[in-house]
Amino acid sequence: MSSALKIELGRRYHFAASHRLHSAHLSEEENCRVFGKCNNPHGHGHNYVVEVSMSGDVDAATGMIANLIDLDAFVERQVLEELDHKSLNEDVPAFREKVPTTENLCIEIFQRLKSFPKAKLERIRVEETGNNSFEYAGDDLEGNQP
Amino acid sequence: MVLLTRKIEFSASHRYDNPKLSAEENRRIFGKCNNPHGHGHNYTLQVTIEGEPDPVTGMVLDLKELKEILEREVMQRMDHRHLNYEVAELAGQIPTCENIARVIWQLLEPKIKQGRLHRVRLYESPDLFADCYRNGTNGAGKS
Repeated sequence: MSSALKIELGRRYHFAASHRLHSAHLSEEENCRVFGKCNNPHGHGHNYVVEVSMSGDVDAATGMIANLIDLDAFVERQVLEELDHKSLNEDVPAFREKVPTTENLCIEIFQRLKSFPKAKLERIRVEETGNNSFEYAGDDLEGNQP
Repeated sequence: MVLLTRKIEFSASHRYDNPKLSAEENRRIFGKCNNPHGHGHNYTLQVTIEGEPDPVTGMVLDLKELKEILEREVMQRMDHRHLNYEVAELAGQIPTCENIARVIWQLLEPKIKQGRLHRVRLYESPDLFADCYRNGTNGAGKS
C-alpha cells in the first residue's frame, strides 16, 4: 500500500526584505494607479514566509525524504543569505528588470531551489503577509527534476 | 468534489536513532534529535476527506464520526505517548514526520466509509510538516 502513497516534506523559512512595485514600462501616473501605495518612492518591507515542499522516497535508514541539515543549509545559501534584510529591487539581480511582486518572488525562489540534489522540489509557497500567499510549482517544460 | 479538513493536536515524545548505525553516525545524521533521552513536540494533524455532499444531510462525512475515528485511531494511540516505544505501527521505523504521517494515513484510510481520505498533513512544529496523499493526486483537490 505504501508505494501507492506519496509523501512530501514541508519546511517554512522566514526572511524580511523591502521592495517597491514600479515598472519602467509604465508612466508615473500609471505606476501610481496600478501599484497604489506599493509604488511609494522609497519602498516598504514585509516579513516573508517561504514554504518549501519536497518529495521523494523516504529513506528506510533515516525515515527522511531529505535531511533537514542539508535542506536548511541549501535554503540558507541559495535564498536567505541573499534576500534576508535586503532590498529586493536593489540587491537581487532578477528584480533589476522584473517587478518584485510576490508572484515573481515565488518563481525566483523556485529557480534558486530546484537544483536541490537530494529530493524533488514540488512547489514554493510564499506568504507576503498573513493574508496574502502565492504558490508556484514550476512549469512542466522546465523539468524540475533533481 | 468537496474537501473537508479536521484538525487535532496531540503531544508525544520521540528519539531518532537507528541501531544499525554507529553512535557517531546517528549523531551526525540526526543531530540533537539523537539526544539519548528523547524530546517531544506538540503535533498538529490536519486530516482532509474528499467526496460529494450527501443530498439529504449536506455532509461529505459526519464530523462527529470523523472526530471519533481520530480519537480512537490517533489520540488514544499517540497522545502523551513515546512514539518509539508505545506505538506498535511505528516499531522499527524512525518516528519522523514523514513516517508518522504515513502510519496515520494507513490507520485512517480503511476507517473512512463515507467519502475517502484525501490528505494527511502532520505538523511537528509550525515550520516543519509532512503531507501524505494517494500517488497521482497533488493534495490540492485535483486528480
